[in-house]
Amino acid sequence: MSMTAKLQKYNFIKKVNWGRTFVAGVPAFWLGLFFFVPFLVVFKISLSEATIAIPPYIDLLDVDMEEAYISLKINLGNYLFLFEDDFYLDAYLSSVKIAVVSTFFTLLVAFPIAYAIAKADGSKRVLLLALVILPFWTSFLLRVYAWMEFLKKNGLVNEFLLTVGIIDEPLIMLQTDFAVYIGIVYTYLPFMVLPLYSALEKMDGTLIEAAQDLGCKPMQSFFLVTLPLAMPGVIAGCVLVFIPAVGEFVIPALLGGADTLMIGRVLWDEFFLNRDWPMASAVAIVMLVVLVLPIMLIRNSQGKGEAV
Amino acid sequence: MQTKSRFLTITASLGYLFLYAPIFSLIIYSFNKSKLVTVWGGWSLKWYSELFENDQIIDAALLSLKIAFISASLAVVLGTMAGFVLSRFGPFKGKMIFSGWVTAPLVMPEVITGLSLLLLFVAMEGLFGWPSGRGTSTIIIAHTTFCLAYVAVIVQSRLSSMDETLEEAAMDLGAKPGSLFFLVTLPLIMPAIISGWLLSFTLSLDDLVIASFVSGPGNSTLPMVIFSKVRLGVTPEVNALATLMILVVALGVIGAIYQMRRQATMTVKLDEK
Repeated sequence: MSMTAKLQKYNFIKKVNWGRTFVAGVPAFWLGLFFFVPFLVVFKISLSEATIAIPPYIDLLDVDMEEAYISLKINLGNYLFLFEDDFYLDAYLSSVKIAVVSTFFTLLVAFPIAYAIAKADGSKRVLLLALVILPFWTSFLLRVYAWMEFLKKNGLVNEFLLTVGIIDEPLIMLQTDFAVYIGIVYTYLPFMVLPLYSALEKMDGTLIEAAQDLGCKPMQSFFLVTLPLAMPGVIAGCVLVFIPAVGEFVIPALLGGADTLMIGRVLWDEFFLNRDWPMASAVAIVMLVVLVLPIMLIRNSQGKGEAV
Repeated sequence: MQTKSRFLTITASLGYLFLYAPIFSLIIYSFNKSKLVTVWGGWSLKWYSELFENDQIIDAALLSLKIAFISASLAVVLGTMAGFVLSRFGPFKGKMIFSGWVTAPLVMPEVITGLSLLLLFVAMEGLFGWPSGRGTSTIIIAHTTFCLAYVAVIVQSRLSSMDETLEEAAMDLGAKPGSLFFLVTLPLIMPAIISGWLLSFTLSLDDLVIASFVSGPGNSTLPMVIFSKVRLGVTPEVNALATLMILVVALGVIGAIYQMRRQATMTVKLDEK
């Protein structure tokens, strides 16, 4: 066989390689059916009207073959209501605020931990790393529950502060925004520590020595040398914490008060308490457009591998 | 330098205290005799025996384990395929789209994933009569979908950090794509597949939000039962349950570290030879 014939045969095989198509096609089909098509359904239902029935909405498209009658009824009322009622706007803003503040505090708590791990050596490093990852493998719900018990009116924190004499009567910490911040910092701490650690670990220790030899004070060398070098880890960690925090439901539901407004909780309540599926769908679509799409764009511009 | 490292030790220790104080308080109070969770009434295993007599919790735990096992296994198969495509198929048309397609579930808020899957299942039931009602199978589909993205990322990163020469050697020796994958690539990426399976298993076992949307009546998973109990108030047997779960996980992690270190020392010995 001549070389060209060989190449042609190779190209032909490459074109219709059923094995490749199968390997790529199966997961793509699964995700298409169970992850992307559902958004079209959500969009469709967000344009329908709620009613008391099973399922609790009126279909957009009404086809009657016998009467040769097709009607399409699009209801923009849900979206209009979303934009008119300040409640939803407040919920979005409040979610973003809570997520930003708690991401910042996660960074504050995580940095010394990550730095200490990066500076430790050998088996001590493995142990310190394992201690950060271990809680992550236990149930998230039970970790949030642990804080409910810890922060409540007659919980251990209050008992301790009362015994020591710092306070005279128990502090109300549970069911406040404060408890929500603690819950988010606690839950997502490993997501911040790990990227920080991998950035700090690569850092060359002699750079700090050099800076100090040249007269940098510890604080200065931290802000001028360490922090800029750790920046990729800081950004990756902040993205990893912010994303789940902004759509969080469980933490505000268990640790937050009635007035802790977060959009994930609003969606949940529209669906489970009000049974208003079209409204819940409209909230989901707006959330997708104003929260998730920007996050995806940021993530893509940041480069794929390191964000996860 | 000295003051700085003392500052670091203190702040890092406070960080670890923050991580473990609530967990230890939970463990200690799970052995408390008194029903009032914070009043110490002496040591007792009372809540553990009540836990094992609570059929609602036991049934929910068994259901959750079953769902987690099946979803993790399905997610590993699909996720390995996706991860393999991402790192071994070279550049192909639509690779960017495929990559975004596979990792999108990672950034989706759970409430949106849950709601959209439920609405899909309801619409499908109306059109094709399947799935009739919601329950175990719809939860498995939902969990497989978000877990497969995690597996794909883990497998992809393992494959791209791996030396391709072994696979090339096998190809040169005439291995067909199928046997190449099962005899060479698969054993090499086994650690990534195992950690992907474990991660999927944990994520599935832990999921409250998505399961609440897509489950039907009479199909409460363990997180759903815990959530409703915790919302209602004092629940000392949940402390006992949490302690048991922490114990299992701690043993697992210690075992994994031990295994990893043994492998590391073995490689060092091999290198020395």
